[in-house]
Amino acid sequence: MSDYIVEAIKNGVFETLKMTAYASLYAYIVGLPLGVILYATASGRLLANRPVNVIIGAIVDVMRSLPFLILLVLLIPFTRFVTGSSIGTTAAIVPLTVGAIPIVARMVEASLCEVQPGIIEAATSMGASPLHIIIHFILPEAAPSLLQGAAINVATVLGYSAMAGVIGGGGLGAIALQYGYYRYQKDVLWTTVILLVIMVMVIQQTGGLLAKFRRKS
Amino acid sequence: MSDATTVYELTNVSKTYRNEGKDFTALRDVSFSIREGEIFGIIGMSGAGKSTLVRTLNRLTDVTSGSVRYFGRDLAELSSRELRKVRRSMAMIFQGFNLLQQRTVIKNVEQPLRIAGVPRGERREIARKMLEIVGLSEKEKEYPARLSGGQRQRVAIARALAADPKVLLCDEATSALDPKITGEILELLAKINRERKLTIVIITHEMSVVERICHRVAIIDDGYLAEVGDVAEVFRSPKTRAAKKLVFPSNPYDPSEKDSRLLRIAFDGLSAKEPFIADLVATTGLKVNILSANTKSVGGVGYGQMVLELPKGEADREAVIAYFKRKGLAISEVET
Repeated sequence: MSDYIVEAIKNGVFETLKMTAYASLYAYIVGLPLGVILYATASGRLLANRPVNVIIGAIVDVMRSLPFLILLVLLIPFTRFVTGSSIGTTAAIVPLTVGAIPIVARMVEASLCEVQPGIIEAATSMGASPLHIIIHFILPEAAPSLLQGAAINVATVLGYSAMAGVIGGGGLGAIALQYGYYRYQKDVLWTTVILLVIMVMVIQQTGGLLAKFRRKS
Repeated sequence: MSDATTVYELTNVSKTYRNEGKDFTALRDVSFSIREGEIFGIIGMSGAGKSTLVRTLNRLTDVTSGSVRYFGRDLAELSSRELRKVRRSMAMIFQGFNLLQQRTVIKNVEQPLRIAGVPRGERREIARKMLEIVGLSEKEKEYPARLSGGQRQRVAIARALAADPKVLLCDEATSALDPKITGEILELLAKINRERKLTIVIITHEMSVVERICHRVAIIDDGYLAEVGDVAEVFRSPKTRAAKKLVFPSNPYDPSEKDSRLLRIAFDGLSAKEPFIADLVATTGLKVNILSANTKSVGGVGYGQMVLELPKGEADREAVIAYFKRKGLAISEVET
């Protein structure tokens, strides 16, 4: 491998990490509250509200069912509006975030559903408001499960970020595509793939360890 | 209407659950009151409606008809904000403890104080005092998963006491514990009742729990209130079928003949000093067959109970019954 390719791969690792970190962060800023709303408005829950639950649920599921590659293309005008450009690492963060939000929302909802109903009954009997119950009872109880879910989500975003190479996003995905696929440089292809696998494994293991450390029961 | 010493006043409380067109009535026309400072037992078989009943006391369940008054205020009329405030004066403990698994013991105990808006430093101080009351001071940094069932229920009791409630509702609080630990928890509840004059409502399916610490008891059977009264009185002379079923010793009787009549005699510590079976034989010359006998402590007083098989002839049977009545013993017929 020539020096400039090694340099490009180093740069690609950095870009991939940047895209993954920002997209995951933004996806959680939106997806966590959405997941809480989906959980709390379901029938029989604290703030049961059928219309809200059905509408948000429908939006989330439609977004989630779109293949990510299609979402990338569909979102080009929106990306240009937000970042001023539709190519590059920063631009790729927008579709990555949008693509991850529904996954985060459903994952958060699933984690919250694991909390024992007895905890909520106890909190209610203490005179806590629904918001207090969510913040001080449900979220802390679900924390280990939320962490485990976060590891899966971040790894998914990392995988998606490789796809962003198709529409001109940076990162390892773009390098694999340009050098490895279009120019038949198998060594570059394999190097990037191995790097991606290692990154996913590190994320998954870190998340798993954090969750294990956090879980007290 | 209710005087100052009535904590709860239930009037014609009914509850029907509607579930996909099918109705299930858990409570039917239940009325009774709970006085300040007493330990009030609510007992019934599983499915009798007692868990629903205790949940109407802090409105975790809304009643379908009738009213639940708490210090004279109808709970159904409170707004959700007022209800939350009122609930802070009613603590509850559960069969499954319902502690936060991901929080330390001390943080768990602090929860009600946090809801009440008590500042952090003060919270810690009160929580420590509560753990001292339940004898778990050294466990404050532990997580609930590392405690035994009895210790977890003690933490739940400390948590319940933290916000200085007026009532403590116990929903099958000892049903998941072994007899020895059950005894310790009941002892603790009795102590808290004595020292803090705290009104305690105990839901249970075990008569032994009621006999041990309750002052008064309500017996719930198939959604109806079967009987309510002083525990000693209900124990001595249960009137309804449901009460008899709970009070009578559970070991199977084996009468010598199919048409035998069985009699249960209950006697308190005083009459227990008299050898009345021997006296019966001496005075009337009639013999009875003892099928079962035991003694237990009801509300701190020793009580004995005995199930006898009466002699054959109708006249002899009446003579035996008359003898016991003359002696002032509480008797009731046992269905075979």
